[in-house]
Amino acid sequence: MEHESNKTWWLQAIQTGLIGGIVAVLVSLIGMVESFHERDIIAGQITMGETLLLLLVVTFSYFSSRGTEDTPLPKRLASGALTGLITGSLAAGLILLGKAINLREVFVNASPSLYKILTFENENTTIALMILLVTGAVIGLLTALVHVIPLTWRRATISGLTIAALIALLQDLLRITLTPFPEFSKSIAWMFGSRGQEGLSVNGALVVFIVVTAVNYFSATRGDAVRGRVRALPTGTQRALRWTNWGLLGAFLLIWPQIAGPYLSEVSNSIGLFILMGLGLNIVVGYAGLLDLGYVAFYALGAYTMAVLTTIGGEITANFELTFWQALPLAILGAVLAGVILGIPVLKIRGDYLAIITLGFGEIIRIMFLSDFLKPYLGGSFGIVEIAPPTLGGTPLNTPQTLYYVILAGCLVALFVAYRLRDSRIGRAWKAIREDEDVAQAMGINLTTTKLLAFATGAAFGGLSGAIFASKLSTVYPHSFVLLVSINVLALIIVGGMGSLPGVIVGALLLVGLPELLREFSEFRLLIYGVLLIVMMLNKPEGFIPEAVHKRELHESDNVSTPAGA
Amino acid sequence: MSNILTAKTVTKRFGGLTAVNTLSIEIPEKSIYSVIGPNGAGKTTFFNCITGFYQPEEGDIVFNERSILGLTSDQISQRGISRTYQNIRLFSNLTALENILVGQHALLKSTLFGSIFGMAGTKREEAEAVIEAKRLLAFVSLARKGDMLAKNLPYGDQRRLEIARALASKPKLLLLDEPTAGMNPNETEDMTKFIRRLRDELGITILLIEHDMRVVMGISEKITVLDYGEKIAEGTPKDIQGNERVIEAYLGRGSAAQITA
Repeated sequence: MEHESNKTWWLQAIQTGLIGGIVAVLVSLIGMVESFHERDIIAGQITMGETLLLLLVVTFSYFSSRGTEDTPLPKRLASGALTGLITGSLAAGLILLGKAINLREVFVNASPSLYKILTFENENTTIALMILLVTGAVIGLLTALVHVIPLTWRRATISGLTIAALIALLQDLLRITLTPFPEFSKSIAWMFGSRGQEGLSVNGALVVFIVVTAVNYFSATRGDAVRGRVRALPTGTQRALRWTNWGLLGAFLLIWPQIAGPYLSEVSNSIGLFILMGLGLNIVVGYAGLLDLGYVAFYALGAYTMAVLTTIGGEITANFELTFWQALPLAILGAVLAGVILGIPVLKIRGDYLAIITLGFGEIIRIMFLSDFLKPYLGGSFGIVEIAPPTLGGTPLNTPQTLYYVILAGCLVALFVAYRLRDSRIGRAWKAIREDEDVAQAMGINLTTTKLLAFATGAAFGGLSGAIFASKLSTVYPHSFVLLVSINVLALIIVGGMGSLPGVIVGALLLVGLPELLREFSEFRLLIYGVLLIVMMLNKPEGFIPEAVHKRELHESDNVSTPAGA
Repeated sequence: MSNILTAKTVTKRFGGLTAVNTLSIEIPEKSIYSVIGPNGAGKTTFFNCITGFYQPEEGDIVFNERSILGLTSDQISQRGISRTYQNIRLFSNLTALENILVGQHALLKSTLFGSIFGMAGTKREEAEAVIEAKRLLAFVSLARKGDMLAKNLPYGDQRRLEIARALASKPKLLLLDEPTAGMNPNETEDMTKFIRRLRDELGITILLIEHDMRVVMGISEKITVLDYGEKIAEGTPKDIQGNERVIEAYLGRGSAAQITA
């Protein structure tokens, strides 16, 4: 075995390098590199496009040089360098090919500026190719060295680099957030590039990297000691500490729209609506294990109920002209009823079949809203306009910054409900059905009521989200409720961690918030989504914040207090 | 002593195959009763008929003087019949404690709204349920393993946890499907003692499927032998040990003749 792996290490390195190279050529040809090149990570030094290519080389060299625990260093270095070299040579091949024939007839994005990026703006092709090959090999070699670094340092360094890149990417967000504090904002201006869209300055990047790495290293090495000391504090102090933390978080959430301004508040509102839907679908899919691909139906029903009941004009015949607060419970009730109506016929259906049927249900609802038959009542493809905004004491809450509070309140209520249900009798019954339906039933669980409760509770959150969505936009159209919304919500649950509440929030921030902030790259959104999901499924199928973690947290104190050796 | 469970000419067919054929059994209250037979004799199918997983085509099953035919498995569980499975079927991603709490499901009353609003009654009931679950964990000597995920428990612990989960619904009749499968002689010995304790201390009637003859002969008061879905013998362990048809069913005609000769 050992002998065989000796013989073929270089074959494996070449293979990995070829895959890396193909990916690099692909992202170049679809225009990702060029589009990403518009943004600087470090002002004037390195762009997002270059970072992408660099990241590819690093990732693939890392895997090829990983080996086993006792792989000798020279072999690791050679593997890494070889992989980097191969990846670089494929990119070089692309350049040569581009010089020889006009690739643009097939690949629109194979533009001169792409070659400029790949050749580091070097006029002389031979020199450019040499640079490309050498850079690839050197980066591969350096990546292989990572394996020598102790694990704590390695983790700290990686998180330092990741955070620095994230800050550079999201510097808009930081700058807008800091505008209410002009003094502070001015005092850290040196950290960023001089003009907008410029990422971090060299010094800024260094400072962020060093600080984050150091903090990470200390929390890895000394963190346990600190946590132990906190635990040793009297219970009263500990509780006070915890309440202070929650209080700070609460205060931040309350003042956030004032700091953030209208644009970021709008982004937060989108995230909030998806958190609401995520929490609802999490009950159906995450807790009860009922794969629902038509969840958008409840969102649509909530939105249309709100629209029909509160619209004050337009084409449609029904004029109820209720206020937002009068219509809200009815919108939720409408969604719940739909949940039960969907639930009854699918009670006996499991797994894949359930997914297909719910998928159909979601489409039926959308097509119903679109139909000419219901046009006098629902407006057909013109939708419903002039939907009343929420009001508070007579003032309409129709700006992103005021609507934020309605959505925040909705999210908090939904979080509370989902949290309370998680470890309740009903919550356990849901999870039991997820694990083994037959055994759950033989344990005395009534499948009919328990499943219907899951559908109804999930639908209620979806309906609430839809109702707020309708009055936020003040118009609803059938095409807002396409299948992709269901897929989005499902994806954010999977990425966050099935059945996990913090996971829903993390998933919404990653899959809704981040794309909103990186709008200019939205044409690659689905591609990145797909890659992210595949990588998650392969390496971390339980999600970023798996459900099981909360158990360990909950019971940590029990374990500490049990006498050793008992 | 009255009979807690009476099966009258129960027949279950799968297409052309008759898995259980006109089987009649009377199980006295607070007894330990075994059903044995070669592989494929229809023992587990009979269990599935009792617990509502299958509906028999013919016959009747009477539990506590009421027919349980046509009831769903959750209703049967609520009447007081609980079971374990030949291949362990725990809720593997729930903790040991949660598994037992699920077992108590039908005994608890808290509703969706009670849980959301944290009503006093719900909180009290939940606290009592946890105490009861911990008591059951201790009863099957898993007191320190309540927080472990069921799938991470060793094999023997999983078997005992499954019994504890079955006990959590406070059954009057407990169906154990090969509880000592895959155990070494020491563990089998412990399990045998444990099953006897269930009957003696908790007053639960036990219906047992088992292949280990030492266990069967050691603890059963009465035994029914199945072969090809039919009852071929019934009686005390002594009756069964000497029964020619039973030896034949297990060993084949030739060897049976050798033994009796």
